[in-house]
Amino acid sequence: MRHALARLTRNRGALAALAVLALVALACLVGPLLTGHDPARIYSDLVRTAPSLRSHPRPEAIAPAVERLAFRMRATAEAIRVEDGILRVTLSAPAPINERALSYLPRSDLFGPATVVAREAEGRRLAVQAPVRRLYFPLGTDVLGRDLLSRSLVAGRISLLIGLVATGVALLIGVTYGAVAGYAGGRVDAVMMRFVDVLYALPFVFFVIMLLVFFRAGLGLILIAIAAVEWLDMARITRAQTLSLRNRDFVRAAEALGLSAAAILRRHIVPNTLGPVTVAATLLVPRVILLESFLSFLGLGVQEPATSWGALIAEGSRAIESAPWMLAAPAGFLVATLVALNVLGDGLADALDPRLSAGR
Amino acid sequence: MIGFVLRRLAQAIPTLFAVVTVSFFLIRLAPGGPFDLERPLPAAAMANLARVYGLDQPLPVQYLRYLGALLTGDFGPSFSFRDLTVGDLFARGLPVSMMLGALALALALVLGIGLGALAAFHRGGMVDRLVGLTAGLTLAVPTFVVAPLLQIVFGLTLRWLPVGSWENGAPANLVLPVITLALPQVGALARLTRASLGEVLAAQPIRTQRAMGLPPHRIARHALRGALLPVVAILGPTAAALLTGSVVVETIFGLPGIGRYFVDGALNRDYTLIMGTVVLVALFVIALNLVADLLSALLDPRLRAAR
Repeated sequence: MRHALARLTRNRGALAALAVLALVALACLVGPLLTGHDPARIYSDLVRTAPSLRSHPRPEAIAPAVERLAFRMRATAEAIRVEDGILRVTLSAPAPINERALSYLPRSDLFGPATVVAREAEGRRLAVQAPVRRLYFPLGTDVLGRDLLSRSLVAGRISLLIGLVATGVALLIGVTYGAVAGYAGGRVDAVMMRFVDVLYALPFVFFVIMLLVFFRAGLGLILIAIAAVEWLDMARITRAQTLSLRNRDFVRAAEALGLSAAAILRRHIVPNTLGPVTVAATLLVPRVILLESFLSFLGLGVQEPATSWGALIAEGSRAIESAPWMLAAPAGFLVATLVALNVLGDGLADALDPRLSAGR
Repeated sequence: MIGFVLRRLAQAIPTLFAVVTVSFFLIRLAPGGPFDLERPLPAAAMANLARVYGLDQPLPVQYLRYLGALLTGDFGPSFSFRDLTVGDLFARGLPVSMMLGALALALALVLGIGLGALAAFHRGGMVDRLVGLTAGLTLAVPTFVVAPLLQIVFGLTLRWLPVGSWENGAPANLVLPVITLALPQVGALARLTRASLGEVLAAQPIRTQRAMGLPPHRIARHALRGALLPVVAILGPTAAALLTGSVVVETIFGLPGIGRYFVDGALNRDYTLIMGTVVLVALFVIALNLVADLLSALLDPRLRAAR
């Protein structure tokens, strides 16, 4: 095991993959707190903004926005100036301006609270100033004007959670089933594995789709459905390992000492199958994430207001002409995670059994 | 050999039976029915509809009737396409899906085995790394990301190919869906071929042939034959993956195949259409698994005895 660890740390690709994964996980965990946007907040004046590092609103967008807002206040805007992030404008109207209407300015997402600096002509002319807000959307906004970075990170929480938990459940079922079948042997083993063969031949994804359509999808159901599909491989791998362990001396010794079958499985068999099982589990996580995003893409997975990478990609592919970055942001996170997991899985396989994949 | 085929066929029957039974009862357990509209129909009309479609019978009776009809190849009437039977819908949709699937499988096999072999013969070199990278990427980029990307590049920007629609299977309409469907399988097949060919090339018989001075292309032929066994063995799962992949591809490219019927059928509670699709897909998967097993047995006599 220590040799395996040493080999893994010498594998630069696997280390890089590990770093990418840690980064993505950390970003998804704490990132949404740091972006400065609530992922559900709708900036209706900043719909479909392209990704950029500069702040919004853009200088050239301020004057038209102020004119539009002034029109709603039944006034016209004159002398629009921006200095040090403060908007100064003079509003004039044929009738006295209702100062409460100034709340249009902060409500527009673009400006802070407005204050009246001077009143002229019995309230028909108001000199007004308001701070211009500085909003950053490094990955742009979606068709409703929500920050895509925050949304991608929050979606990542769901995708990663489903990936880990569903893999865990599949692992639990598969390892138990495989170890019992392999250790019992004979007729029990034949029947149990025949059952697995039958399940293999089922078009399982179609069953999952049916389940999710009929019993309105919740997180729990998605997890169960995915785990129910994916435990089969795990069972086969564990059984094969168990078969090769069953007649080894230390298992025989444990039997001779009168240990119960359950205890032998728990203490002697399962721990020794962990190597290949770990590799399989690492490679299972990306498959599960992919399956979840496939379901979410069809609209059967995670439901609004919650979101996952697959759900975001579905939104993005519908807006692909007007806002291609809506596809790019979640797809980037998803692909980076999947590639990293696959590389890590291959690296683990190499580290645990260098013979099998020499020269890779 | 005939005994082997018969044995495998006999094993397929309980699987099919399980598929039919589980999906039948799962569908009926689901809340909602095929005739639920926003404004409910009068009770008398509902009762009439139920009688016409045999939904007023007890569930076990319906199940046995369905099973009986299925044995004669009758999938029953569709509930959402009022004038059509499920058989009619399949007659329209199946050629589309089959064409897509067959072309994608062919493309995946040629590209996947070709790239994998290329990598194996140049093990450790630049080519090997490039192939590894390509395979990794095609495996990690989901179909539903690839499809819109292809649509943007070749449909909207370059304007070379249509972004969707079928138009009686005009070749131009097929290109993007087939590529999309084939790509993930290319990656999987390339990796598998590389690994198994690598093992064969390192094994004793090939080393002997090299030592005897056989020309490289003859060695390659010998090695490939042995190395294709695992590739043939995963043809069943590959075909199944193509079938599920076509659900996405048909949805994105707007193609009238059975993948679309399945999703629509499920959303409309079209009992017979969903059942029919599941049974059909199961039949395909089982049949292809069988073919893959037969091919394996032909290539490797040891397997015939083992099963």
